[in-house]
Amino acid sequence: MTNESATSSATVAQPKRDWVAFIGQFGALIVLIIICIIFWRLEPAFASQRNIFNVLRQVSIFGVLAVGMTFVILTGGIDLSVGSLLAFAGLVAASVEKGGRGLLTVGAAGEAEGFGVPAAILAAIAVGVLGGLLQGLGVSKLKVPPFIVTLGGMSAFRGAALLWSGGQPISAFRDQYKVLGQGFVGPVPIPVIIFALVALIGAIALRYTRYGRHIYAIGGNPEAARLSGLNTAGLLTSVYVISGFCCGLSGFLLSSRLNSAEQVAGIGYELTVIAGVVIGGTSLFGGEGTIFGTVVGILLIGVLSTA
Amino acid sequence: MLTYVYTSTFRFPNNLAKWVAQMQENQEVPLLRMEAVSKSFPGVQALEDVNLEVRGGEILGLIGQNGAGKSTLMKILSGVYSVDSGTVAINGRPVQIRDPHHAQQLGISIIYQELNLMPNLSVMENILIGREPGPPIFVNRRQSQHQTQAILDHLGLTVRPSAIVRNLSVAEQQMVEIAKAVSREARVIIMDEPTSALSETEVESLFGIMRELKSNGLGVIFISHRLEEVLHICDRVTVLRDGKYVGDVPVAGTDKDELIRMMVGRSLETFFHADEESAARSAAPDLVMEVRGLSRRGNEQDPAAAVFSDVSFTLQRGEILGLAGLVGAGRTELVRTIFGADKRLSGEILIEGTPVQINSPEDAIRLGIGLVPEDRKAQGLILSMAVRQNMSLANLDAFTRLGFVRRADEARAVQDYINRLTIRTPGMDRRVVNLSGGNQQKVVISKWLMVQPKILLMDEPTRGIDVGAKSEIYDLMRQLASSGISVIMISSEFPELIAMCDRIVCLTEGRVTGTLARGEATLETLMHYCTLRDHAIVKEEAVAP
Repeated sequence: MTNESATSSATVAQPKRDWVAFIGQFGALIVLIIICIIFWRLEPAFASQRNIFNVLRQVSIFGVLAVGMTFVILTGGIDLSVGSLLAFAGLVAASVEKGGRGLLTVGAAGEAEGFGVPAAILAAIAVGVLGGLLQGLGVSKLKVPPFIVTLGGMSAFRGAALLWSGGQPISAFRDQYKVLGQGFVGPVPIPVIIFALVALIGAIALRYTRYGRHIYAIGGNPEAARLSGLNTAGLLTSVYVISGFCCGLSGFLLSSRLNSAEQVAGIGYELTVIAGVVIGGTSLFGGEGTIFGTVVGILLIGVLSTA
Repeated sequence: MLTYVYTSTFRFPNNLAKWVAQMQENQEVPLLRMEAVSKSFPGVQALEDVNLEVRGGEILGLIGQNGAGKSTLMKILSGVYSVDSGTVAINGRPVQIRDPHHAQQLGISIIYQELNLMPNLSVMENILIGREPGPPIFVNRRQSQHQTQAILDHLGLTVRPSAIVRNLSVAEQQMVEIAKAVSREARVIIMDEPTSALSETEVESLFGIMRELKSNGLGVIFISHRLEEVLHICDRVTVLRDGKYVGDVPVAGTDKDELIRMMVGRSLETFFHADEESAARSAAPDLVMEVRGLSRRGNEQDPAAAVFSDVSFTLQRGEILGLAGLVGAGRTELVRTIFGADKRLSGEILIEGTPVQINSPEDAIRLGIGLVPEDRKAQGLILSMAVRQNMSLANLDAFTRLGFVRRADEARAVQDYINRLTIRTPGMDRRVVNLSGGNQQKVVISKWLMVQPKILLMDEPTRGIDVGAKSEIYDLMRQLASSGISVIMISSEFPELIAMCDRIVCLTEGRVTGTLARGEATLETLMHYCTLRDHAIVKEEAVAP
């Protein structure tokens, strides 16, 4: 939607402003393309199928988090808790897989009968959604600034992860647990497929649904949105739930890919993810931005960090 | 005034002295002269052969409907746009204004409606920003204070240099902007609708300052929709219409009617025509809404302050009910409370005889109430969105199936309202921020018409809108009323209320002091009821007729 309005106004008047809008929209994409070309010229192996999917697999965890983060930032909020919530959700998934609460109750690695992979995934997502819900209510009902709420969440979830694990990693999973993080479909790594799906769903939701329209409205002008009858508290809560969902999912994915869930997983992820979203053209003040931009932003970070 | 100028070594007052001297010596050559200026954008001829001239010691009025080209003209003067053809000369020398900084160097200062001050800094920090006195790195606070005080005194302003801008009224902030412009040796000061947010006394003091600037030899361009003010303060008036230069008349030889004719190209006799249907409507009253004993307390400063108390009134089907009152009478707060945007303390609202609970705008909309808020940009529109998204926002459910917006249905409805309300926009995907004030307001009104309301609350629906669009909005309100929608209208312009409303409820300090029917309402009676302070007297008066 923002795409269209930006391009339509580019054809009429105000040339200066629309250059800015154009750069905001596509600047990151142009930089990404240029950098890829440079790397390819310097090192032809950069463009190999293997390397491309390798880069994609490395960014897929950030990517899933960034989709959730885009929803939050579109409302003018921020979610600093994603790294911690990811770690906590990963640990919960791991212990459900292992059939016990934490490391202490599980016997020797790989021996215990677990509750199965689907239960582990659901548990991780449930932890993420609940964590997101708590923070969302803090923002929307208690009207505490998102920065403060999620800064608190960042410490609290990290602490929860420590309590849960006793500081010890949970590792050595069965193959069916590891396959989602480490497996391939043809040449494509499974995390990349999951990232693509999450991004696609996010993009469709923002672009074509009433819910997406409401998110942009709230970010653009919360007061006008409220006076237009939007349930601003519910909408605000929902974006933190979405971000929490993404934390849960990527928490599981990370533990699966590394074959280990750790209390210290995901430290500093929030900054990478926020950087990706912002590089992708989403305004920190809310109301403007796209999932497409976020994907580009995250890819840009991924390409730069693997080079 | 000249005697005040410092003779010390302060950099800034010395400049001030030089500046005043300069100003007073060359009043012969026009300070600013634009000749045959044209500017076009793809598809739009924004300006065509426009002339404009300001001499020193003169206040020039610049009027025209929205879209007449005033803002393009301003953007040329501030260096945002360059001209396609024609010349701009300053002090007789042709110039190419490159950018806003260059405009400032040339002595052109523009004071926009949205003020460009830093709200969390003090007056002196704002005025001296970039030129703070003192050694490098550190700011000499005492010297700052002196310099600022000098310029404030020179203009006869009473704000304290150390006051934080955020805590000042809009009028005071405007004065700080003017002081800042003057301190930067501005020779031409352009003011865009400076009076739109001011009370009457504040307007008077602004005019005082404008006269002060004039007597110092500056040129002032006063852009306003309020023709009375233009006639009152200006020496000459330049009129634009559809990007073309219509004429330049001395104020002494013209009147309001002539200016309106020049602006719209037709006479506005039809502007306020008496409404005969209203008599028929009130003959068969059909109660739509009744407000009983509504009270609200608490504002930002004081949670216990009474905002309005015990307000009761009725609203008939197809009626335009006015809410009159001075600033602070509680009119805006009253409609916001009815709409559920603010919490009420006590009282009840009945719609078609049934008591209803309105706790949020959502509830109000479900009951068929819409609110066109006071501040279009801050409350009515989502500026980052296009016309389409803004218009359908309150009624998106109607275009949604399974959570997905059916864009074709939406586009059809939006286009329908664009046509019906003659909204001038290149397309529905144009961002609302690029529309003129009148068209923005029509988008807000369309948003509410889409939900097919029974009751439309309109808070200052014509504020900051040009005469042409005003008349269209008046016509629209009458049409709505005759189609059975009840309208509650707030306006600070009494003539507008008198012309539009079937009945007018007067508020003073949050209490109803009287209700006037059409015919009873005159400027005098409205002013009388809106300034009644002793509520004991009110009761006596209410008994008397």
